[in-house]
Amino acid sequence: MQIREMEEAAEVLRISTVKAENCMQCGKCSAACPAGARMDILPHRFVWELMNGRVSLLAKSGTLWQCLSCFACSARCPRGVDPARLIEAVRLTVIRRQGANSINVDELPQVIDENMPQQAIVSALRKYNK
Amino acid sequence: MLAEKQSTEQNFEPLIVAFCCNWCSYAGADLAGTARRSYPANVKIIKVPCSCRVNPTFILRAFLRGADGVIIAGCHPGDCHYTTGNYFTRRRMTLLMGLLGYLGVDKARLRVEWVSAAEGNKFAEVMTDFAGTIKALGENVKLRDLRCK
Amino acid sequence: MRKHIAATVDVARVAESVRSIPDVAFATDYRYMCSEGGQTLLRQAVKEHGLSRIVVCACSPRMHEATFRKAAKAAGLNPYLVEIANIREHCSWVHKDKEVGTAKAIALAKAAIAKVRLNTPLTAGESPVVKRALVIGGGIAGLQTALDIAEAGYKVDIIEKSPSIGGKMAQLDKTFPTLDCSACILTPKMVDAAAHENITIHTYSELEKVSGYVGQFEAVIRKKARSVAVDRCSGCGLCMEKCPSKKAASEFDEGLRTRSAIYIPFAQAIPNVPVIDREQCLKFQADKCGLCAKICPAGAIEYGQEDELITNKYGAIVLATGFTTIDPVRFGEFGYLHHKDVITSLEFERLTNAAGPTQGKLVKLSDGKKPKSIVFVSCVGSRDTTERGKSYCSKICCMYTAKHALLVKEKYPDIAVKVFYIDVRTPGKGFDEFQRRAVEEYGVEYIKGMVGKVTEEGGGLAVHASDVAAGTKIVAEADLVVLATAVTPSSDARKLASMLSASIDTDDFYTEAHPKLRPVESPTAGIFLSGVCQGPKDIPETVAQAGAAAVKAIGLLSKDKLLTNPCVAHVNETTCSGCLACEKVCPYGAITADYKQVNSKGLKERRLIAHVNEALCQGCGACSVACPSGAMDLRGFSNKQIMAEVDALC
Repeated sequence: MQIREMEEAAEVLRISTVKAENCMQCGKCSAACPAGARMDILPHRFVWELMNGRVSLLAKSGTLWQCLSCFACSARCPRGVDPARLIEAVRLTVIRRQGANSINVDELPQVIDENMPQQAIVSALRKYNK
Repeated sequence: MLAEKQSTEQNFEPLIVAFCCNWCSYAGADLAGTARRSYPANVKIIKVPCSCRVNPTFILRAFLRGADGVIIAGCHPGDCHYTTGNYFTRRRMTLLMGLLGYLGVDKARLRVEWVSAAEGNKFAEVMTDFAGTIKALGENVKLRDLRCK
Repeated sequence: MRKHIAATVDVARVAESVRSIPDVAFATDYRYMCSEGGQTLLRQAVKEHGLSRIVVCACSPRMHEATFRKAAKAAGLNPYLVEIANIREHCSWVHKDKEVGTAKAIALAKAAIAKVRLNTPLTAGESPVVKRALVIGGGIAGLQTALDIAEAGYKVDIIEKSPSIGGKMAQLDKTFPTLDCSACILTPKMVDAAAHENITIHTYSELEKVSGYVGQFEAVIRKKARSVAVDRCSGCGLCMEKCPSKKAASEFDEGLRTRSAIYIPFAQAIPNVPVIDREQCLKFQADKCGLCAKICPAGAIEYGQEDELITNKYGAIVLATGFTTIDPVRFGEFGYLHHKDVITSLEFERLTNAAGPTQGKLVKLSDGKKPKSIVFVSCVGSRDTTERGKSYCSKICCMYTAKHALLVKEKYPDIAVKVFYIDVRTPGKGFDEFQRRAVEEYGVEYIKGMVGKVTEEGGGLAVHASDVAAGTKIVAEADLVVLATAVTPSSDARKLASMLSASIDTDDFYTEAHPKLRPVESPTAGIFLSGVCQGPKDIPETVAQAGAAAVKAIGLLSKDKLLTNPCVAHVNETTCSGCLACEKVCPYGAITADYKQVNSKGLKERRLIAHVNEALCQGCGACSVACPSGAMDLRGFSNKQIMAEVDALC
C-alpha cells in the first residue's frame, strides 16, 4: 500500500514538473499565502508531505480547495519550487478520480450570478476546467 | 598496427586514441591505474597540456590512419587549469562532430568527456563504455585511407 | 600489494621490439629505473652510446618526469630531450593479460620514440621580479595583507576607492562573538598602515589599467581629484562646518545621516583630509559659494585639482576588494522602500554605533522613538536560487543577527526580539555558544520560518511569517524590522577581473587557483586573493586569509628571478598572417601584435605579426589550434610531435 502511494506521489511530482527536492522547508510560501490561515496543511508542509509520498493525506486535505491559485507562494519561493503547481497537480488527480466534476464553459452563465467576483470565476476555471 | 588488428567480426579489436589533458584526465587515468580499475587495452593515451591543444586535424589524421574511435578527455567545464580551455574544446568538437556527420562517419566514433583528476573510476568506466561502443560500431572504413600509412 | 610493471608487461620483449626501430641506438630493461642505480644506468648509456634522446618506459610522468630530466641533465643532455612512456598506470596496472599489456606497452613506447625524435632542446626562461606589491582595497583584508608584506621588508601600495581606508569593518559597532568594539581594534591597524615606512596609501583612487605579468605588472592608478591639498590640510574641519550644501546622504552612515559636500567620511578616517563631492558642491555645480576656500586657514582648498595618473611597477597584486550587500528593494514583500522602520543590518549597525547618527541610541527612523519590539529576518537574498537572490549562504548573517539580537536585549531587556530563520548556521569557535546565549540567557525568540510579507498595521509593522516547526502561520508585531541582506562582491570585481585576467565565478567572487590547496591564489600567476572578494567570510577568517595571501606574495617577491615554463607557444613569423585569432582565445592575454619586418618567400614586408609573451604564456595550446595557418605552435607539444604520436599509434 505504502509503495503504491510513493509511486503515486512520484507520478504527481512528474506531472507537476516541479522540482520539489529543491525545497529547503523555509516556510516562505506559507508565510506569503493569503489563504494560509484557513489551510489545514500549509504549502511548505504540502511540499514536504508530497515528497514523503503521503498523497492520500493531501487528497483529503482542505488545502486543495482553500488554495486560491494566486501563485504568491511560487513568486516568493527562494528555490523556484512552485508549490501552487504541486497543489494543482494533487487537485487534478482528485478531480479526475471523482469524474464529472468539472465546469463546462457553456453552462457557466446559468450557474453564476452578477455578484460573483471575476477572480472567483477565473480561479474556478483553473481548478475545475481540466 | 592496422595489420595486427583482427577484423573478423567477433574478435574485432578496435584501435582507440585518447587525448587526455595533463591536469585532469591524464591524472584521472593515473588514478584509474593506481586503483587498478581496468579498462580495455584498445585505449592508447596521448598526453596534451589541455584538451584545447587537440587540433581537429590530429583527430582526422587518426581516423585516416585507421583509428576506430577517438576520445578527448578534459577537465570539467569551469575547472580547466587554463580557465577556459575546455570551453574551446567543447565548441571545436561540436563543429567537428558536425563535419564527421557530413562525411558520413558515425559521430559516436568521436567523444568528448570530462574526467577530473579524482575520477579514476569514471575514467575506467568511460573508456570501457567507449571501447564497447566502438566495438559495436565495427571497423572504421569510411575515413580510413591507406595512403596515409 | 603494489605490483611491479613486469607482472603484466614483458619488459624484456618491449626493449627487444623497440631496438629494431630506426634511430634507436640502445634499449634495455631495468627493474627500478627511478632508483639511483637506474639513473646511473641511464647516464652510462648516454655516454657509451652517444645518445641524443631518451625514452623511459616507466611510471607516470607526473611521478618521475622531473627525476629523469634531472638525470638527463647530469648526463649532459638537455632535460627536455626526455620522453616518458607511461607503461605502469596506463598499462601494466589496468590490464591483466600479459600479451595484451605487452602489446600496448610496445605501442606506447613507439609513440614516445616518435615524439622524442622531434623534441628540441628547451631552456627555461628567466624573468625578473619587481620587489613591490600592489594591494587593491583598503579594508581589513587589504590592510592586513599590506602590513604583513611591509613587515617582511617589501614596499606595498594600497589603493582604496573611497576617501578613507577602513572599509566595512570601520562601519561596524561590535564584532562577534567577543563583542569587542570594531573601531577600537581596526583603527590601530589603520594607523600602523599609514605610518609604515614601506606602505604607500592611495585613497580616493582606482585602478585604471594593468599590463604585464607575474613579477612585472605595470599598473596605472587614477588618483581622483580630492580638491583639497593633502599636504597642507590640517584636518580642522572648519570647511565641513561652514559648507552650505549638507544634503548628501552619508555613505559611511548608510544614508542614515546627511553630510556636507566637503567631507571626511568618519572621525577616525585616514587620511584625515576632506574631499569635495563635486556632484554636491555648489562651486562645481553652479559656480557659486567658494566658502571653504575662503575660510580654510591652511589655504588647502584647490578647486582646480585634476585627476592624477600614477604609473608603477609591481611584482605581485593582491585583490582585497571586499563586499557590499544586496539591495533589499528587489524583495518587495519586505517593504524596505515603503516603511521607514524596515532597515538592513548594516543600517542597524550604524544605528547602534556610539559614533553613529543617533550616538548609539536605538530609535525608530519613522518617529525617533524607542521600539518596543524588533524582528530580525535572516537569509534576505541568501540561499535564493531565483534571479532575485544569491544561491550561496552569506555565512556571517546568522552570527551578526545573533549579535544584534543579544546586544539589543542586553541594553534594553524590555524590547521583545524575534529572529526568523531558515537554519541557524554557526560553525566557528564559540559561535554556537554565542547564539545559544542569545536564546537562553537573553530570551531572544528564534522562530524557524521565513517572512512572507511586512505590512503596516496600527502605526506599527506586522510581520507575516510561518512557524515551520509548529506548522502554523503567525503575524508578529514589530516596531523595527531588520533584514540580513546577502553579502555580494564589490561592484568593481568584474571590471577588475577582466583588467587583471583573474577569473571570477558567476556570483562575481574571484576564483582561487585550487579550491582546497591554493585558496589564496588566483589562477593567474602573481595575483592573490584576500578577504571576502574570494567568498563570504567573517573578520578572523578574513585576517587569516589576508595573512596567507601576504605570505604567498612575499614568497614571490623574495625571488630575484622567476623560472618560466619553456613549453610555451611561439609564432612562425613568416607564416603568421596577423589575423590574431590566437589573441582572442588566450586566457592570459599573453598574445599581442606588433608590426614587424618579415621576409616572406623572398618578399620583404612590414606587417602585423602575433607576438607571444613567454613569461605570461602558460602553455595551454589554445592558440595553436585557433591559428588557421599553423604559424602558432606549442613547444614540447608541437603539431608535429603530437601528429607523430598519432601516426605511431595508428
